[in-house]
Amino acid sequence: MHNKLQVAEALKPKYSDSSSALKDPAAIIELRNVRYSSQAKLLLKNIDLKISRGGITAVMGYNGAGKSLLIKILHGILQADTGDVLWDGELANSSQKQSEAQKQAMVFQKPTLLRRSVKANLMFSLNKQTKLSAIEKCVALLDLVRLAHLADNPARRLSGGEQQRLALARALASKPDVLFLDEATASLDPASASVIEDIVIKQKQQGVKIIMVTHDVAQAERLADDVILLHRGEVVEQALASCFFNNPKTQVAKAYLSGQLWND
Amino acid sequence: MQDSILSRTLWLLKSADSGLWEVVGLSLRVSGTAVLISCAFGFILGGVLATTRFRGRSAIHIFLNASMSMPPVVVGLIVYMLLSRSGPLGWLGLLYTPTAMIIAQTLLITPLIAALSRQIIEDLFNEYAEQFASMRLSFFKKIRATLWDARFSLLTVALAGLGRSLSEVGAVIIVGGNIEHLTRVMTTAIALETSKGDLPMALALGAILLTIALLINTLLSMLNLSARRFAYA
Amino acid sequence: MKMNNNLTLKALAALFTIASSISAHADTLLVQSTTSTANSGLYKYLKPILKADTGIELNVVAVGTGQAIKNARNCDADILLVHSKESEEALVADGYGVKRFDLMYNDFIIVGPSNDPASVSGSSDVTASLLKIAQSQSTFASRGDDSGTHKKEIKLWDGANVDIDTASGHWYRSMGSGMGATLNAAVGMSAYALTDRATWISYNNKSDFKILVEGDNKLFNQYGVMLVNPEKCGNVNAHTGQQFIDWLRSDTGQNAIAKFSIDGQQLFFPNAN
Repeated sequence: MHNKLQVAEALKPKYSDSSSALKDPAAIIELRNVRYSSQAKLLLKNIDLKISRGGITAVMGYNGAGKSLLIKILHGILQADTGDVLWDGELANSSQKQSEAQKQAMVFQKPTLLRRSVKANLMFSLNKQTKLSAIEKCVALLDLVRLAHLADNPARRLSGGEQQRLALARALASKPDVLFLDEATASLDPASASVIEDIVIKQKQQGVKIIMVTHDVAQAERLADDVILLHRGEVVEQALASCFFNNPKTQVAKAYLSGQLWND
Repeated sequence: MQDSILSRTLWLLKSADSGLWEVVGLSLRVSGTAVLISCAFGFILGGVLATTRFRGRSAIHIFLNASMSMPPVVVGLIVYMLLSRSGPLGWLGLLYTPTAMIIAQTLLITPLIAALSRQIIEDLFNEYAEQFASMRLSFFKKIRATLWDARFSLLTVALAGLGRSLSEVGAVIIVGGNIEHLTRVMTTAIALETSKGDLPMALALGAILLTIALLINTLLSMLNLSARRFAYA
Repeated sequence: MKMNNNLTLKALAALFTIASSISAHADTLLVQSTTSTANSGLYKYLKPILKADTGIELNVVAVGTGQAIKNARNCDADILLVHSKESEEALVADGYGVKRFDLMYNDFIIVGPSNDPASVSGSSDVTASLLKIAQSQSTFASRGDDSGTHKKEIKLWDGANVDIDTASGHWYRSMGSGMGATLNAAVGMSAYALTDRATWISYNNKSDFKILVEGDNKLFNQYGVMLVNPEKCGNVNAHTGQQFIDWLRSDTGQNAIAKFSIDGQQLFFPNAN
């Protein structure tokens, strides 16, 4: 892809440290030559990618492009067939090492909540703390996602929007440095989606790195600082959000943004 | 005959010296203990099968499913041969004791509990797998949380085990010997009354067994319901 | 989980308490017995008398004679009390029984539906009656379980020259069950059956069934008692066991047996001496 180098150049200049070709302090996560296949089908093809520290990175692309696979490999819950995942320039292929290097959490498109009360779901993720501070944090988080009134209800009886807000609160309970969102607002009503967006923006302002998969172009425009466009298992475009939305470089990006199906 | 069954049942319930409570008590003690031990083994076995992958796993799985349909008489015979004075464990002197009945029923229902709990634990464990991986939980913590969240389903499994053990007669009559005041339980008493041709008495005992089963199940399902209402769904 | 562990421990502790409390009694005997003596209530009647006289307690396992003998061969008994003299003597010959004693007798009877399709009612000739049943192909319910009664029945058919193997499944029904279950089945399908008198008297589901054939010398039913040989089976409580047999054969024991009755009918007739 002719423009990949260009994009990397565009992203680099401010931070680039020419003395160390291997370690890029601007990148919080880096993928090197990552391949992933399932049932003899190559789903991610030799991905090289650097994700910058801070801000919100949106991962976009058509269905089946490999967005969810990519974000799961970044998060460390899926192992690539070959290639390396680096956090802060350190190899982090074992999930144990990764969690030591970086506190991270993920909100899935379909939240899996424990068969417990709303409160107990949060307490489960706060269990490393003393009981008293855990309760305090639990109350604060429930307020944040506006679920305080449902604290004692069974989590699985909540509406989709409420469940996703609880999943976000649970993700925040571990005070992550990096927060992954995999189409977290895809099937939510606008009110719940906006609660989540507000919280995401606040987290970003507090220095949390956000990496989100989204199909919602308007949402990406509202939130993203930079965008990665995946197409058929390859990164076809990585750009600052303003560049990507105003001046997409590739045909795929143009088609995607204008809402057209891609046909070869 | 209906009148006769009802009056016999009431008569049984009224006359405390009929030894009825002794028989009922022993039934509950034997089956209850067998279920507790079976749950200890069965949940662990089911949990291991549900959450780990190893060679021979599916063979064990098939074996467990097959042994769910093992006739109690066969289990009784196996235990009889083990515990008989001429058998390998004869020196323990356990044949014709409640302990022998507990052993037989434990062997009878452990496969049932293991197979059913494996299914429940595996389903929930798989459902939680991605979330727990994301939370970077240790294997032990994953198991603990899964078992805890599956507890009411597992209680149902324990009840199924209790039902099978309370109702079976084939195993306990062989290893217990249906000895009065020692190893006579509800089902062997029913078998005895039937063989004496005292059918109303046998049916009265059956009615009491059914009532006890109903009571236990009602109690536990009430517990289950209130728990579900509270937090579990 | 913690609670579960605790319960398991408690359960195991309880198990061992139960186990130890049972093997502790030196004065308790394990009796492998034929069902007729147990189901008729003989032991229930004898137990308090025996206890008062000697302090001995009985744990009775009531199974068919064949099964009782097998259990005794496995050393799972102190005392064997059954009714198949030849099998009992074979057991003594093999060294599993110390000595066999006659204890008491009653008799076998043929019972059947009151409409009596084979017309055997009132007969005291068992051979002729069985022949009539065979010739009329009237349904006959057999124990078929290698019990004392079953062995007796086979001998009687042999005496009448009836080939029951070919008839099996047709008019001859081999139940493979205890006496009570066989009688239940016989009543259910209006079949003739051979039973001991004690079981019949104490049997509660008679319906329209009556005693049809009785009084033939061939229907004599002898009960024997023996101590399982402690030389073969180290666990046998020989001292107490012998004491029990001596008591049964004593005047006290024999009188007690003679006094046992249901509805005014004596069930067993002592003949130890």
